[in-house]
Amino acid sequence: MIPAAFEYYRPKDIAGVLSILEEHGDDARVMAGGHSLIPMMKLRMADVPHLIDLQDVGGMSDITVGGDSIRIGAMVTQADIIDHEGLTTAAPILREAALQIADPQVRYMGTVGGNVANGDPGNDMPGLMQCLDAVFTVIGTDGERDIPARDFYEAAYMTAREDEEVLTAVTIPLPKGGWAYEKQKRKIGDYATAAAAVQIVKDGGTCAAASIAMTNLSDTPVYSEAASNALVGTAVDDAALGAAVAAMLGDIDPTEDNRGPVAFKNHVAGVILRRAIARAWSRA
Amino acid sequence: MKDEITREERVDNLKGMGCSRKRVEDARFTQGKGNYVDDIKLDGMLFGDFVRSPYAHARIKSIDTAAALEVPGVLAVLTAADLEPLGLHWMPTLAGDKQMVLADGKVLFQGQEVAYVVAEDRYAAADGIEAVEVEYDELPVIVNPFESLKSDVVLREDLVAEDGSIPDGAHGPRKHPNHIFTWEAGDKDPTEEVIANAEVVATESMYYHRTHPCPLETCGCVASMDKVNGKLTLWGTFQAPHAIRTVVSLISGIEEHNIRVISPDIGGGFGNKVGAYPGYVCSVVASIVTGKPVKWIEDRMDNLMTTAFARDYHMTGKIAATPEGKITGLQCHVTADHGGFDACADPTKFPAGFMNICTGSYDIPTAHLSVDGVYTNKAPGGVSYRCSFRVTEAVYFIERMIEVLAIKLDMDAAELRRINFIKKEQFPYTAALGWEYDSGDYHTAWDKALKTVDYEGLRAEQAQRVEDFKAGKTRKLMGIGLSFFTEIVGAGPVKNCDILGLGMFDSCEIRIHPTGSAIARLGTISQGQGHATTFAQILASEIGLPADSITIEEGDTDTAPYGLGTYGSRSTPVAGAATAMAGRKIRAKAQMIAAYLLEVHDNDVEFDVDRFVVKGAPEKFKTMKEIAFAAYNQAIPGIEPGLEAVSYYDPPNMTYPFGAYVCVMDIDVDTGVPEIRRFYALDDCGTRINPMIIEGQVHGGLTEALAVALGQEIAYDDMGNVKTGTLMDFFLPTAWEVPNYETDFTVTPSPHHPIGAKGVGESPHVGGVPCFSNAVQDAFRPFGNTHTNMPHDHWRIWRTANELGLHG
Repeated sequence: MIPAAFEYYRPKDIAGVLSILEEHGDDARVMAGGHSLIPMMKLRMADVPHLIDLQDVGGMSDITVGGDSIRIGAMVTQADIIDHEGLTTAAPILREAALQIADPQVRYMGTVGGNVANGDPGNDMPGLMQCLDAVFTVIGTDGERDIPARDFYEAAYMTAREDEEVLTAVTIPLPKGGWAYEKQKRKIGDYATAAAAVQIVKDGGTCAAASIAMTNLSDTPVYSEAASNALVGTAVDDAALGAAVAAMLGDIDPTEDNRGPVAFKNHVAGVILRRAIARAWSRA
Repeated sequence: MKDEITREERVDNLKGMGCSRKRVEDARFTQGKGNYVDDIKLDGMLFGDFVRSPYAHARIKSIDTAAALEVPGVLAVLTAADLEPLGLHWMPTLAGDKQMVLADGKVLFQGQEVAYVVAEDRYAAADGIEAVEVEYDELPVIVNPFESLKSDVVLREDLVAEDGSIPDGAHGPRKHPNHIFTWEAGDKDPTEEVIANAEVVATESMYYHRTHPCPLETCGCVASMDKVNGKLTLWGTFQAPHAIRTVVSLISGIEEHNIRVISPDIGGGFGNKVGAYPGYVCSVVASIVTGKPVKWIEDRMDNLMTTAFARDYHMTGKIAATPEGKITGLQCHVTADHGGFDACADPTKFPAGFMNICTGSYDIPTAHLSVDGVYTNKAPGGVSYRCSFRVTEAVYFIERMIEVLAIKLDMDAAELRRINFIKKEQFPYTAALGWEYDSGDYHTAWDKALKTVDYEGLRAEQAQRVEDFKAGKTRKLMGIGLSFFTEIVGAGPVKNCDILGLGMFDSCEIRIHPTGSAIARLGTISQGQGHATTFAQILASEIGLPADSITIEEGDTDTAPYGLGTYGSRSTPVAGAATAMAGRKIRAKAQMIAAYLLEVHDNDVEFDVDRFVVKGAPEKFKTMKEIAFAAYNQAIPGIEPGLEAVSYYDPPNMTYPFGAYVCVMDIDVDTGVPEIRRFYALDDCGTRINPMIIEGQVHGGLTEALAVALGQEIAYDDMGNVKTGTLMDFFLPTAWEVPNYETDFTVTPSPHHPIGAKGVGESPHVGGVPCFSNAVQDAFRPFGNTHTNMPHDHWRIWRTANELGLHG
């Protein structure tokens, strides 16, 4: 658990970050909270000769709740999300999910940007952001571009972000209706055995819109359009729940690990999704 | 002269036995002021670390250290070839086997020590490790002891003669090259006869999985060889510093008086820090070679993967009974997976520890136990993780067999226990497998426990829950876990307990200072147990000086009297007894001094709390403080100056703490998630020294029991890769996962212990594991479950539900 030697940089602005990235290419990595990258370096599974700490780069630690959307800077921590009253009112699912990430000590350091950019299928924020149809803003030497969360993840640790780009912000359309983030884990600090993010809009007794994403059940987060569609137009009754679960199971592809075999994970994914939908519906 | 305070106040001022005195250690521990091995920093200190094998079984073709020696800061790389001329490439284990210090031609488990890199700092050492090139030839891997006993693959060529014959091991004949020993207790033929003729026989096979003690501080040491005066100082995480000194002397040839072993503050041991590890040997050699102090500290993965594991017992039992439930016989066979070397930490004559306590708390007239130890491609160890030697295994076995028998008899498991308990009037009780239980009152404890939890009410609620479940009203089942355990601790009588020939006595040396304070040194070493607090309380009551005026010191072999250390709940039963006995020697001399000062005959004064008083004239007295001063400033005819005593205590018997535990659990059959609604623990540890510390010990032991029962595991894949090498996958519960514990007690003193104390640190673990496990199993009993193996993590609980058809 001793990392190889590396150069440490602490630039004051994004231009400084980008110039180091441009100079060193693959050999440089940016670090936000460091909770994923540092353990990988200590295990010598990540070789990072040039480590760029983003802590002193300004302008990435704000939460702005607007009339149509919410903008969360990449350096906003999970603790910031939990503590932000305006955000909790506007998008309560964020707080519900953040409270299920790791433990308080980790949440004081762990950032939204790091959580979504790292591409770890175990992270909770990527699935959550897909559920909320968030857009990630990345900046490179060629300027800024926006990438929808639903298009961002390609494979484990592989994303649409280029090596020389830095993820600076997450923008979420103001969520509507009921919400739930349901997660089963073995213990505090663990990744999900299965987790589901659900937003549902109710119109009369009928589901007008739904959005469902699953965590740690594939090599990327899984936004399940089919599961979402299975609820729309229904009364979210048992048949609709069953259809949504069946559709979701068609989209996930879990692998066996110490949390259990595939059959168990599929079963739990279904149970967790049912519970998440039921809770979201009760709040819609 | 009149007393200014009452006798009661004088008792309170001592903070002696029975008082919930606050822990004196905590001031430094809670302020980050502890002094652990890794806090030791010496001038010029170097760091050593290991190149470890990525393979579980492989021949080593070559080791190339040239590139590593080019890494800046790397000073040396030791291999077996460097240690061989010193005779240190192998070392003896506590179990009578030998173990490679550094890989000698082959490796036998993943993580095995292959080379030792010595560098100026940890970073250079880690870089050096990367640069060492080792060529391996992979060999077939065996991770299952049953396959091992049938395999043609010889794991330990060093234990097979040139003609292919298999020489005897340390514990007798071996029947296969991968077989270590067969050990038996009890009477085989009569037991088999009872079972063959019994009206009711329940049979079960169970696997007590491999796990690992997980002290917050990993193992480590600092070796410092002073070449000028020839003295070796070795600081380390040693649960038995004197034994380590003797071992180091025996294997290094350095005379024992030239070795000083110091155990500083230790951040938990739980058995993990009893054995001798390659890191110690290599650090000593490296210090001798370089002339500089050398530090070695495990990281968490090293610790989980390589230093002493616990359990890994495959147990098969048969229990015979009458139709009314009276048990008539018990048979147990164990196939014990010891890994690549037999490095179990047990008393020499007990290669399976005290597994022969497996008749438990029950009056079982006939019993037989046999244990086969087997080599596999797993890490060595087999320590007693928060228990006396293999007692968790024994208690788990019998407490599961009782449940299995209750199912067979269609009987309530609490009642089955009650009708088979050893009765109070049967103590001292000689069990069928040989142990003499010192004292017990099981029925009283059991009745108290069941009444407190409203056992009948719980069973009624459970029955209703089953109805509701069947009616589709709930998806949660309710389990009631019971366990009644008897521990065997305080090893032990020198006549049958030794480690490497060292009798398992323990010791205390007391010096009373002229102004009435004192220091006492012991052969044990606290790893969080609170010895500095509790041993001072024993002494306070024995010698009448306040506990606050008594310093307890342990762990420095240059100053402490010889002792066998702290594990197996032996500190209070053995060193605690030595402390009381040494205190009584102090008191005996104090009595003579008091009589002289009071100008009466020795027999005319008597001890009273903190003083000697003239019999019949309580206004005439000398306090212990006055007596202490007199011991140093008066010429008393016939009495040497000073007030000191030393006692080496060889216990006449083990002590047998016991307890009654009940766990109430709700289980979500769809997710496999268990919720512990209630946990009640009644412990009888004999005389209670510090109730607050007992409660803390019970909380800690139960938490480690919860961990083991519900998920804590060292798992291997078929290639011998450790699948649970980090705390992500190795379950270490936090406050979040831990329920509220209710503690309770009865007091049945040990008749042979000077103060009647039995020890408590490990009881909650021993009793807790079967209690948690029984709760899970009990929830599924109405649906046909007889037994499922631990650990009961989510997916295994789910699997049980699935196999019972509960998922529709």
